[in-house]
Amino acid sequence: MKISETWLRTYVNPALSTEQLVAQITMAGLEVDAVEPVAAQFSGVVVGEVLETEQHPDADKLRVCLVNVGEAEPLQIVCGAANVRPGLKIPASVIGAVLPGDFKIKKSKLRGVESFGMLCSAKELGLVAEAEGLMELPADAPVGVDIRDYLQLNDNSIEVDLTPNRADCLSVEGVAREIAVLNQLTLAVPDIQAATVTSTEKLSVHVDAPQACPRYLGRIISGVNNHAQTPLWMQERLRRSGLRSLSALVDVTNYVLLELGQPLHVFDAQKLQGDIHVRYAKIGETLELLNAQTITLADNHLIIADDKQPLALAGVMGGNESAVDDNTQTVFLECAFFAPLAIAGKARHFGLHTDSSHRFERGVDFELQHRAIERATQLILDICGGSAGDITAVSSQADLPKREPIVLREAKLTQILGMAFEPQAVNDILTRLGLHVSAQADGWKVIPPSFRFDIAIEADLIEEIARIHGYNNLPNNQILVRSSLNEATESTIDLERVKDLLVDSGYQEAITYSFIDEAMQQTIAPSAQFIRLQNPISAELAVMRTTLWGGLLNAALHNTNRQQTRVRLFESGLRFVQQDSDTHQEKMLAGLALGSVNLEQWGEKTRLVDFFDVKADIEAIFALTGVSVDFVAHEHETLHPGQSAKILTKTGELVGWLGMLHPTLESQLGFETPVFLFELAQDVLLKKQHAHFKSLSKFPSVSRDLALLVKEDVTSGDIIASIASCEEPLLQEAVIFDVYRGKGVDENYKSVALRLVLQNQTQTLTDTEIDAIVSTFLETLTRQTGAKLRD
Amino acid sequence: MSDNLEALLTQALHALANATDLTSLDDVRVHYLGKKGVFTAQMKELGRLEPDQRREAGQVINQAKEAFQDTLDAKKIELEQAALLARLANERIDVTLAGRGQKVGGLHPVTTTLRRINKIFASVGFQVVEGPEIEDDYHNFEALNIPAHHPARAMHDTFYFDAHRVLRTHTSPVQIRVMESEKPPLKVIAPGRVYRCDSDITHTPMFHQVEGFLVDTNVSFADLKGVVYEFLRAFFEKDIQVRFRPSYFPFTEPSAEVDIECVMCGGEGCRVCSHTGWLEVMGCGMIHPEVFKSVNIDSETYSGFAFGMGVERLAMLRYGINDLRLFFENDLKFLQQFN
Repeated sequence: MKISETWLRTYVNPALSTEQLVAQITMAGLEVDAVEPVAAQFSGVVVGEVLETEQHPDADKLRVCLVNVGEAEPLQIVCGAANVRPGLKIPASVIGAVLPGDFKIKKSKLRGVESFGMLCSAKELGLVAEAEGLMELPADAPVGVDIRDYLQLNDNSIEVDLTPNRADCLSVEGVAREIAVLNQLTLAVPDIQAATVTSTEKLSVHVDAPQACPRYLGRIISGVNNHAQTPLWMQERLRRSGLRSLSALVDVTNYVLLELGQPLHVFDAQKLQGDIHVRYAKIGETLELLNAQTITLADNHLIIADDKQPLALAGVMGGNESAVDDNTQTVFLECAFFAPLAIAGKARHFGLHTDSSHRFERGVDFELQHRAIERATQLILDICGGSAGDITAVSSQADLPKREPIVLREAKLTQILGMAFEPQAVNDILTRLGLHVSAQADGWKVIPPSFRFDIAIEADLIEEIARIHGYNNLPNNQILVRSSLNEATESTIDLERVKDLLVDSGYQEAITYSFIDEAMQQTIAPSAQFIRLQNPISAELAVMRTTLWGGLLNAALHNTNRQQTRVRLFESGLRFVQQDSDTHQEKMLAGLALGSVNLEQWGEKTRLVDFFDVKADIEAIFALTGVSVDFVAHEHETLHPGQSAKILTKTGELVGWLGMLHPTLESQLGFETPVFLFELAQDVLLKKQHAHFKSLSKFPSVSRDLALLVKEDVTSGDIIASIASCEEPLLQEAVIFDVYRGKGVDENYKSVALRLVLQNQTQTLTDTEIDAIVSTFLETLTRQTGAKLRD
Repeated sequence: MSDNLEALLTQALHALANATDLTSLDDVRVHYLGKKGVFTAQMKELGRLEPDQRREAGQVINQAKEAFQDTLDAKKIELEQAALLARLANERIDVTLAGRGQKVGGLHPVTTTLRRINKIFASVGFQVVEGPEIEDDYHNFEALNIPAHHPARAMHDTFYFDAHRVLRTHTSPVQIRVMESEKPPLKVIAPGRVYRCDSDITHTPMFHQVEGFLVDTNVSFADLKGVVYEFLRAFFEKDIQVRFRPSYFPFTEPSAEVDIECVMCGGEGCRVCSHTGWLEVMGCGMIHPEVFKSVNIDSETYSGFAFGMGVERLAMLRYGINDLRLFFENDLKFLQQFN
C-alpha cells in the first residue's frame, strides 16, 4: 500500500524526519518497502494565469500568450498546447527554471517570436508518465506561488508492505493511528458530519445472508453531476497512493477507501430494478464485472443483486451494467461490512485481486460503516452536488464479529518475553493501542477494538507489548538448553561421507529441480509412472522426476553445450515414483560421467571414461560401508543393453543401477560421447556392516595364478561365484587380474587370469595341500562354467 | 722395492688414473688383483725365493698392493660420486609441470552452506530431521494454523497435485511431524528443498530452507533472540549487527523478521540492501498455541520457538553470488568456484 507522507502527517505529525519515521514504523512491524518523492526535482515553476492568447504569425499550432506570473509585468510566452486559453491557470516556468531532467528554461525565440518561459503539462513536471495538454489548475490557484508549495510536491509516497494480520493499517488513518501510539501523540481525526437529508428517495435492502454480511448501509443521492472535475488535491492524494483519477464518483469511493480503509461502491440507481438484495448467488448466474470479465457464479459467492439480476460480486468488484457513467444522475451508495471468511478466496477464484477484496478478506473495522458513508456522502455532495436520502441500514448484531475479553497473565508475559514489565507500562501500551483494559489479580482483562482482527489470544497481546516496547529492547539470553547424548551409530554411514568420497573421486555436486519436462521424463523413463503438478510454472518443470538422471543429463548438456568435454556430476535427493495411487518419495544418489577419464594431462595418453571407471567409484562407496554387493548384467530401458548392471546386496535387495546411456538416447539427447550413469537407493546404500575382528595368521600366505580358458558368455562374476561355492575356509582372496582375447585363444573364448590366495591360521601350507585345494577349485570351475586350464 | 715392481706399480696407478667409469675401473682391479692378476702372480713368484728373502719380498709386494688398493678405493669413490652427479643431472625434472591423476571435485555451495548451518546447530545438540517434499495440506498448512482461504496462503504460491497434496512450501511441516511423534524437550533443525510457484530474477520455483525449533519448559523470546544472534555471528564469522522486526507468520506469535547489517556494504547502504543497510535473513517467533494444540502439546507447560531461513540467500550473502538462478544451472564454471 502506498500513501502520501504529507497526508499522513495531517493526522499525526511527530518530530521525526522521513527517514526516522519510516524506520520507526518498519521496526513496529509495518515494513516500508520504498520511499519515493511524489514529483521529480524541478524549480522555478509558479502558478500562472493566461491573460491573452494570439495566433502565432508563422506557425499554425503555436499561440503567443500573455501570462501573469505574479510579477509587475505579464510575460510573453509561446505555447503549443491545444487547451491554452485566456483565464486558464497553469504551471508556468519562468526564465531560470530547471525542469526535470535538468532542462533549463532560457529566453528563446520560436519562429521569430520571443518567449520568456514555458507553460507546463503534468508530464513536463514529472508528475505523470503521459499527459495531454497543459496541466489545468483550479480557478482559485494563487498566481505567483511556487507550484511545489501550491501542490505540496515536497512529499513522499511511502510504500508499506503490510503483513496479512494488519488489516487495520490498510488506510492512512490506520497507519497514522499506529504512529500516534508509537510516539504517544493524539490522532487528529477528520471531522465527519452527517449529511443533511434533503431527499426522500430510498431503496429497500434485504440481507438474506446476514452471517456473510452482518452490516449493510446504503443511501440514494440524487441530482449528482458525474462530469464534475475531481478536485486537484484529491487527484493528487490518489496519485500519490498509486491510483488514477477516473470519475468524480469513483474517485470519492477510492479516496474514502484510502482514507479510512472502508471499501464503498456506487451504483447508478437508474439502472437498478426494484430492491437491493444481499444474497448468495444461484448456481449458474452470470455477472459482467467492471473489468468486462463475465463470471459464472456458484452458490458460495455472495452477491449484491436487484430484483432481477446480480449487480456486484460482494466485496470484490461491481458489475458493468449498474456502473456509474458520465450521465449518471442518481446513485445508490453502498457501504457494508462483509465477513472475512465470506470474501476470502473469492477474488482469487476468478483470478482477481482488488483493493476491496484485499481489505474485506483481512477484516474491515465493523464499526466504521456509518462514518465512512457519511464521509463519502459529504465528498460527493461537495464535488458533484445532489441531495442525499436517508441511510438504509441493515445490521445483524448477532453476526457481527465478537470482541471477547482476553486474559493476559503477568507471569506468562514475563515467561514468554524473558523479562518483567511494570504493570503501568503494560496498561499504557494496551490502552494506547485502543484496547479496553481492566486490571485483575494475576494480570489484565483486555477487549480489543473493532478494527483489530489479529488479537484473540494471550499470545497476541504479548506480541503487542513486545512490538511497542521494541523487539530490540528485549533481552538476549545465552543459549541454555537441556542436552542429551547423541548416538554414534555404526549401522549406517552419513550421506555426507559418501558425498565427500565422490567429490574426492572428481565428481562435482549438482542440484537440479525435482520437477522436469514431461517429454524428457518420457524419453528417459518411458515405463515409469509419474505424478504431474496441477499448476506447473512451465512445461519444462511440469512432472515430478522418477529418476535423478533427467536433471543430471540436462545439467551435463548445459555444460557440453558450453565447451566442457569432461563432466562428472552427482546429486542426492528424492525421486517420486507413482505406484497406482501411492506416491513413493525415495532418497537417491545418482551420478553421471562423460568425457576423458582424467583431465587432459601431460605425459599420459588420455582415454574416455568407461563402465569400469565408474564401477570403481561405486565400489569405493561399498568399501566404506563394508557391504558386499553383486553387479548383475541386466537390461534397463535407459541403458545400453550390453553395458548395464543392477546392483544387488547379498540378500537380493536392489541398491541401484549402473550403465552406459543407451546409444539411441545418447544421440537423441545430443551427446557426442558415451555417458555413464548410476543411481543408488540411499536407504540400502548407507547401511553399514560394522567391523568384526578376525585374528591374524602367523603363517605365510601362498598364491596360485590360474590361466583359464572360458567361453565368452561366462562372466567374471560366474567364475568368482563358482570359487565361492567351494566354501574353502583357507581361501583369502580370489581375484581376476587379466582378461585376454586374441592370438592363441579361439574365437568366442577368452583367457581369464585368476589369482587365488590361501592361508592357514595354524600352520604353513604344504604343496600337497595347496594342489589339492586348487584341483578342487578347477573341478568345480569346469563343472559349473566349462573352464579349462589354458596350456 | 724392486725396480720391476716399482715400474709395475707405476703402470698400475696409471691404469687406475685412466679408468673413466666404474666398469673400466673394475677391469683394472681384476687385471692387477684378480686370481690371475699381476700382483697375484707376483705373490706366487715368492715361492721360488729363498725363505729368508721371502719375507722381505712379500712385504714389498704387499706395500705395492696396498698402494694400489688405496688409490683404487679413492678412484672408486671419485667415480661413484661422478656417476651419481651425472645421474642426478640427468634425472632433473620440471617440477612446475602439473601433477597427474584425478582432480578433486566439489560440493554444491548450497550443500556447503547447509553443512555449516547443521554443524553450528549440532554443536548445541540440535538434531537434523528430514521430511517428505510432497506434503499433505494438513501438515503444510492446517496444522500450522493456516486454514483454507487464510490470506497467508496467498504468500505461499503453492504447487498442487490435487486437493490434498502439495509440494511443501516450507520445511515447517517437519516441525509438526516431529512434534506429533516425539515429546519435549525437542531441539531440531529441518533442512531441505521447498517449492513455490514463482520464477523471476529473485525467485526460483525450488529452493532450500532450514527450519529450526526448540520446545521445552520455560523457553522465552529472549532465548530465541540469543540463539539467532549467536547463529548469525557463527555463520558469518563476524560480530555483525542484528535486529528483530515485528512480523507475521500464522504459526508463531510473537513473530519476527531478522535483519543483519548488510554484509556487502557494512551497513552503509548499497544495491544489495536496497540502500537500507539491512538485509532480511530469517523469520522466527514463539510457536503459536494453536500449533501446539494441533500436536497435543500443552502450551501451558511448554513453550518454544521456531525459525526459518533461506539457504540460497545465506549462500549468496556469504559467497557474494549475485544471481539466484545460477544455483540450479549446474554450470561447472560456477560449481568449481566453491571447490
